[in-house]
Amino acid sequence: MATETHEAASEMAHDAAQAAGHAAESAGMPQLDFATFGNQIFWLLVTLVVIWWVLSRIALPRIGAVLADRQATIAGDLSAAEDYKAKAKDAEAAYEKALADARRQAQKIVAEARADIQKDLDAATAQADAEISARTVESEARIAEIRAGAMEAVETVAKDTALEIVAALGGKADAKTVGAAINARLKG
Amino acid sequence: MAEEAGTGLVFHPMDQFIVKPLFGDGPVHWYTPTNAMLWMAISVLAVILLLVIGTRGRAVIPTRIQSIAELAYGFIHKMVEDVAGKDGLKFFPYIFTLFLFIVFSNFLGLLPKAFTPTSHIAVTAVLAVLVFVTVTVVGFVKNGASFLGLFWVSSAPLALRPVLALIEVISYFVRPVSHSIRLAGNMMAGHAVIKVFAAFAPLVLMSGIGVVVTPLSIIAITAMYGLEMLVAFIQAYVFTILTCVYLKDALHPHH
Repeated sequence: MATETHEAASEMAHDAAQAAGHAAESAGMPQLDFATFGNQIFWLLVTLVVIWWVLSRIALPRIGAVLADRQATIAGDLSAAEDYKAKAKDAEAAYEKALADARRQAQKIVAEARADIQKDLDAATAQADAEISARTVESEARIAEIRAGAMEAVETVAKDTALEIVAALGGKADAKTVGAAINARLKG
Repeated sequence: MAEEAGTGLVFHPMDQFIVKPLFGDGPVHWYTPTNAMLWMAISVLAVILLLVIGTRGRAVIPTRIQSIAELAYGFIHKMVEDVAGKDGLKFFPYIFTLFLFIVFSNFLGLLPKAFTPTSHIAVTAVLAVLVFVTVTVVGFVKNGASFLGLFWVSSAPLALRPVLALIEVISYFVRPVSHSIRLAGNMMAGHAVIKVFAAFAPLVLMSGIGVVVTPLSIIAITAMYGLEMLVAFIQAYVFTILTCVYLKDALHPHH
């Protein structure tokens, strides 16, 4: 089987070589058939001129323009983005500033309010203090009055009581003497 | 069995390169519409489809096809600018034309039954000679006689310079040859190899050995096809970047 295969293969190779040789003999290399050169060269030149014309008149300017357009668009977009970025930065700064201003304003308002309240408070305190001291003075006067009234009443009661007691004890007491005695006692 | 295989297998790997008239069997005159013309015309249509129809929206946010067109534009534009310098950009439409023609010819040639114009030395030689002539003319117009300084390697020891100059002159004139044969040779070889493998593929119909050979040849065709996709792009890239390098020599001949 192996030898058979080998034989067949070698036979085939031989035949193939023969066939190839035969083909080459009959046709030669078509590349070297000079009769067709004029034809090929003529059509090649036509082809090249047509391609060159189409390229330089239509295709290349168009593609070049498209590429330039795209470049411009991209560059434009980039610069627009740059602009927007700057604007955003400005806006951020403005916002920060507004925020700081608002904070400062708020602090001012708070301080003012605090001062106002303090003032009101101080005024109210002062008024209250004044009132309290006035009341105190009044009360003291009242108390003094009451005390004086009480002293007087005590004197009267003491005199009356002393007179009554004296009378009850059977003594004869005149009011003047008793009064003097009581006064002397009370002072003593 | 072996005889059967011998009569059944057909090897015509070069037939795909035959230039023939589209209509009838007459001789190929210079103006005859041929399969070469047809596939060049399809390349032109593909270029128009990609670069004109694809970009007609002129969208700032591109569609897919417009993206591809812009990618190709940017790719070659950057290549010209990087290699040949800013003053090389005047030649950008010309270089882009070469690139597009080669890349579309190479890829369209990979379609089954297609014809590959760039597999013909007649085509690539014209492309290379156009580049050679352009570069030489530009070199002399821009730099005058000092363009010859390209061949005078001033960084080498004085004694060596005449020898180097001779080598440089020879290599300068070999440029269009290597430039054209590299492209045509790559395209031709790849397509021929695919065709040879393709000829082995129907072996299973004729011989027992085909059970092994047919899958192998199909895998080989697939692998070669993948490689050829790579080669199709790389050869277009190489041709274009070499054009840029030659242009750089013409614009700035002093190393």
